[in-house]
Amino acid sequence: MAIRHDTVEGAHAASLRVERVDGALHLTLAGDWLVNAALPPIEEVRSALAQTPKPNAITFDATDLGRWDSGLVTRLIDIYRDAQARSITFDDSGLPDGARRLIALAFAVKPREGAARTQKTTPFLQKVGESAQELWRSAVDFVTFIGEATLSVGRFATGRAKYLKSDVLQHIEEAGANALPIVSLISVLIGMIFAFVGVTQLREFGAGIYTANLVAVAMIREMGPIMTAIIMAGRTGAAYAAEIGTMKVNEEIDALTTLGINPIDFLVTPRMLALVLMIPALTMYSSLMGIIGGAIVGLSMVDASFVQYAQQTISAVRLGDLFTGLLMCIVFGALVALAGCQQGIACGTSAMAVGQATTRAVVMGIVLIVVSASVLTIIFINLGI
Amino acid sequence: MSDARGNAEAHIEVRDLSMSYGDFVIQKNLTFTVRRGDIFIIMGGSGCGKSTLLKVMIGLKSPSAGDVSYESEAFWAAGIERQEDLKRKFGTLFQSGALWSGMTLAENVALPLKQYTKLSDAEIRELCAYKLALVGLAGFEDFYPSEISGGMKKRAGLARAMAMDPDILFFDEPSAGLDPISAKLLDDLILELRDSLGTTVVIVTHELASIFSIGNNSVFLDPVTKTQLATGDPKELRDHSPNFVVRNFLMRGTAEPVD
Repeated sequence: MAIRHDTVEGAHAASLRVERVDGALHLTLAGDWLVNAALPPIEEVRSALAQTPKPNAITFDATDLGRWDSGLVTRLIDIYRDAQARSITFDDSGLPDGARRLIALAFAVKPREGAARTQKTTPFLQKVGESAQELWRSAVDFVTFIGEATLSVGRFATGRAKYLKSDVLQHIEEAGANALPIVSLISVLIGMIFAFVGVTQLREFGAGIYTANLVAVAMIREMGPIMTAIIMAGRTGAAYAAEIGTMKVNEEIDALTTLGINPIDFLVTPRMLALVLMIPALTMYSSLMGIIGGAIVGLSMVDASFVQYAQQTISAVRLGDLFTGLLMCIVFGALVALAGCQQGIACGTSAMAVGQATTRAVVMGIVLIVVSASVLTIIFINLGI
Repeated sequence: MSDARGNAEAHIEVRDLSMSYGDFVIQKNLTFTVRRGDIFIIMGGSGCGKSTLLKVMIGLKSPSAGDVSYESEAFWAAGIERQEDLKRKFGTLFQSGALWSGMTLAENVALPLKQYTKLSDAEIRELCAYKLALVGLAGFEDFYPSEISGGMKKRAGLARAMAMDPDILFFDEPSAGLDPISAKLLDDLILELRDSLGTTVVIVTHELASIFSIGNNSVFLDPVTKTQLATGDPKELRDHSPNFVVRNFLMRGTAEPVD
């Protein structure tokens, strides 16, 4: 018996005749009983089984049965269950041999007690409460993770951490040099946007040349660090979460632990150090690119020479601006790396969990960047730097 | 279904098949026939290209020469659309089950049915329950793959492979990673399914116990000469193959060289 599901055309329509013979229910099956074909409804059989007086047995005649597949067997199983529930004998001797064996096989293993699950609906308030608790738990997890990472950096500094030097170099290249194209593009465009907004407003007061000040200070103090950090969150933080999360799924992290290698030392600290090391360089580069972008717009819209514009830019920036910018970006870099690695380590064990971990790493990274930027800016202003 | 398999019709024919990764030849000049209802074993030492041969047969990797014919219809010479039609008659159980981890077992089995049939959700649900019951997983419909054991994952993978009532079932190392009893139960299940459904079964394995208990036809691939050394009933090959390497493999390295 070849079982086909895609050759319904040319099939003989399935038919079912139900009759009472000597107190037994006799079913005559004919035609092709295939999953994809229209099959006769079995409600008639159901109601016949429910009749009083109860039929003493159910018998089959399948001499005219053509091809059949799972379509037939699922219906027979339905009838079998019904017959069992009403303690009516299910006489399968008239059925094809294969179908009899399949029915026996389907009932060979009893469903495990308590295995079946019922869909639970949670009330709205419970959901709110649960997600609030979840938020609190993840905050605690993150703080714990910061603590572990700090200890690991201590071990790293004292030379007791186990890691691969080649790994660190690879992460440095990946987080640093490979990010240059995207950082260039975004920074130049941000600088141009700033200059454009600045020129149109400042020209009203005849102070168009101060566009140079606006762009330079904004890029170096705030926008350079923030834009670079956001790019890093989307690029590197996401990559960390996905890499470590996939390792978690493949039990690679357990494999490290069994070898006595602390996964934080081996996976997290090298990544964090690579990012913290690279982000100041990227930020300075980003600020420079932003200033160049601003100059392109500024010089074309303001009546000033290149030398004048350059002088104006240099006079606007103090060394303190550069330091605050660099301090901020180091904090951002550490937070982005921590968010990425923590989500990776906390990842579940399915492909979907890796996706969720990556999303959370990026969202968490960006939230942490913006919140810490606000806090740091307020502190710097109050300190007068 | 015919139990006289000796003269059953040819179902899969592999003719002069060669496979390579770039310039690196894996196997060449493979020629063998799988008859309808056979349990056909692809065997050979590690790294001889068993799994690659399976990939070529199920349409995942194209051969560098030769072709695989299903019911006398060449697969690789056919157009892409026709290949898709042919592929729908295959069911494949991957080595680790390859269940989609984000879906429950029932959803795993239901996916091909939802894509390729017009059945209602209730009918699909019923079919999934039946397929899972066939592999001994009744009641596990709403479990996620990460919540069940390795042996159960294999059986769930088998339920998914059978979702579309395939003509041919392909297995990649079905007993790898299973304890001897679970491996035996899976072998019994494969036999039972072949007998009741009449499905042709192709298995990649090097488990001698499985090879002898369920296989009735086979091909032996050799990594050294990069071609097949023998084809036929594995028990016959063990006792009567003129080739020492084949006998030695099938006797776990205890064959006496004849000279």
